[in-house]
Amino acid sequence: MDVFVQQLINGLTLGSIYGLIAIGYTMVFGIIGMVNFAHGDVFMVSTFIALILFLLLTAWLGISSVALAFLLVLVATMALTALWGFAVERIAYRPLRGSFRLAPLISAIGVSIFLSNFVQVAQGARNKPTPPMLEGGFTLFASDGYAVTLSYKQILIMAVTSVLLLGFWYLVQKTPFGRAQRACEQDRKMAALLGIDVDRTISLTFVLGAVLAAVAGLLYLLYYGVVSFSDGFVPGVKAFTAAVLGGIGSLPGAVIGGLIIGLIETFWSAYFSIEYKDVAAFSILAIVLIFMPSGLLGRAEVEKV
Amino acid sequence: MSGPLLSLRGVSTYYGSVAALRGVDLDVGEGEIVTLIGANGAGKSTLMMTVFGAPRARSGTIAFAGQDITGLPTHRIARLGLAQSPEGRRVFPRMSVLENLQMGAALHDGRHLAQDLEKVCTLFPRLKERLGQRAGTMSGGEQQMLAIGRALMSRPRLLMLDEPSLGLAPLVVKQIFAAIAALNREEGMTIFLVEQNAYHALKLAHRGSVLVNGRITLSGPARALLDDPSIKAAYLEGGHAPVETVPGEA
Ligand SMILES: Nc1ncnc2c1ncn2[C@@H]1O[C@H](COP(=O)(O)OP(=O)(O)O)[C@@H](O)[C@H]1O
Ligand SMILES: [Mg+2]
Repeated sequence: MDVFVQQLINGLTLGSIYGLIAIGYTMVFGIIGMVNFAHGDVFMVSTFIALILFLLLTAWLGISSVALAFLLVLVATMALTALWGFAVERIAYRPLRGSFRLAPLISAIGVSIFLSNFVQVAQGARNKPTPPMLEGGFTLFASDGYAVTLSYKQILIMAVTSVLLLGFWYLVQKTPFGRAQRACEQDRKMAALLGIDVDRTISLTFVLGAVLAAVAGLLYLLYYGVVSFSDGFVPGVKAFTAAVLGGIGSLPGAVIGGLIIGLIETFWSAYFSIEYKDVAAFSILAIVLIFMPSGLLGRAEVEKV
Repeated sequence: MSGPLLSLRGVSTYYGSVAALRGVDLDVGEGEIVTLIGANGAGKSTLMMTVFGAPRARSGTIAFAGQDITGLPTHRIARLGLAQSPEGRRVFPRMSVLENLQMGAALHDGRHLAQDLEKVCTLFPRLKERLGQRAGTMSGGEQQMLAIGRALMSRPRLLMLDEPSLGLAPLVVKQIFAAIAALNREEGMTIFLVEQNAYHALKLAHRGSVLVNGRITLSGPARALLDDPSIKAAYLEGGHAPVETVPGEA
């Protein structure tokens, strides 16, 4: 029981991070019908931006308040990663819009390789540790030597994710931008006939996805305390799996998919073997897709794959 | 302003290497209802979309209110005050009726939204009862009303309607044509109406043109076209006579 509760907490924390990244995959897919394979690497770049900013602020500028440093890093990482997302769309995807179907896909994979190699060269392949931040937590209950804890980091991660998801839901469902965004998803040409600047809407969608990935990147850094250039790949693939599992194109699907993948991964590690945790996550995906080809919350009529 | 509100000169549009419009000249004056009739595949929808630059005219010029709009991006053209209820209605199926109407008003940032909603709901009371319904679940006639209402929400200077009667029950067609007539009569709305239903369209319009294989073959006052024997033969009585019988197309 204790192990169960502890894994539940760990799984939800990890799943929150996957969910935040998955939203970027699902939104971009929804609007341009293409998987942005560079999205996982945008996430990885954001972890490095966050790390560098942290070191700058704490070591060199001597800001000692962790909360202040965290806030500054959060805002700056979001801004810089947004710029990344914007540039990727402008340089790699927009010029190919309207060309044959596979062209942007190839371009996406190219960008992905470029980003991870760029960081590898610029930062070195060794792992980058971060200064310790926000240690400690609550002990929920303890019995025969096993304590169930909820760390401050986990609270922060789940709180930030919840607030962000609420804000994001509001943006997409209730604001003119969100309406324009959904209109472009459903019928781009019609949206243009109504005066919507479709290119701008697509750009902003990439930027929003990147901003969420940036937050996920910072939280990931905070949680694990270490990043490496290949870290973009595995969480990126898992978040993509989460998006497909939840039903690509569906925002709630991305969040639910993220949580499920996070839970499977931690429970499998705890009860079976840690080596096969990724196999477990991907097997579940395969099984779900066999019985529900459009994912848990996906629309049955999604035709643009 | 003296010139026509919308004017096309020598407009040709191609799909690949196939011409869909061949040197079309057309004027729509302020306050007029102008109709374009023609058989299936004549190029009517292509003409509607070419005005919005999607597809773009390969040659010729299109001017709106004296401004050359031939090369403008689609959304910029829409922002000048042209609105279209396109072929197939193209309502946003997974949005509510209200959200579809809000999309129509997107370029006004919510100014006079309540007032315009009220106006559209008065014109089409059916929409008022269904503001919360998903547009994709409505009947064809209701979707047509929504498509027209959405176009009106932008407060257009020129309202363009592509076959609003297509596939609808006679009673609904009557309602929709009555609404179009009322818009023109009571608000002086300029309307460009594309129809296969030539009789209804010519009854309603001030002027009309006939499109055959991408060319305008005949233009004139709607009354005169209604009495024209060749129109009668091709579009009114037989309805689907072969286009070769229309004079003017050698
Ligand atoms: N997207 C397209 N691609 C290629 N050909 C098209 C396309 N749309 C229409 N056409 C062709 O252009 C011609 C005119 O079509 P259209 O403008 O839809 O006619 P109408 O609206 O009068 O029925 C037809 O021959 C049609 O097959
Ligand atoms: Mg048509």
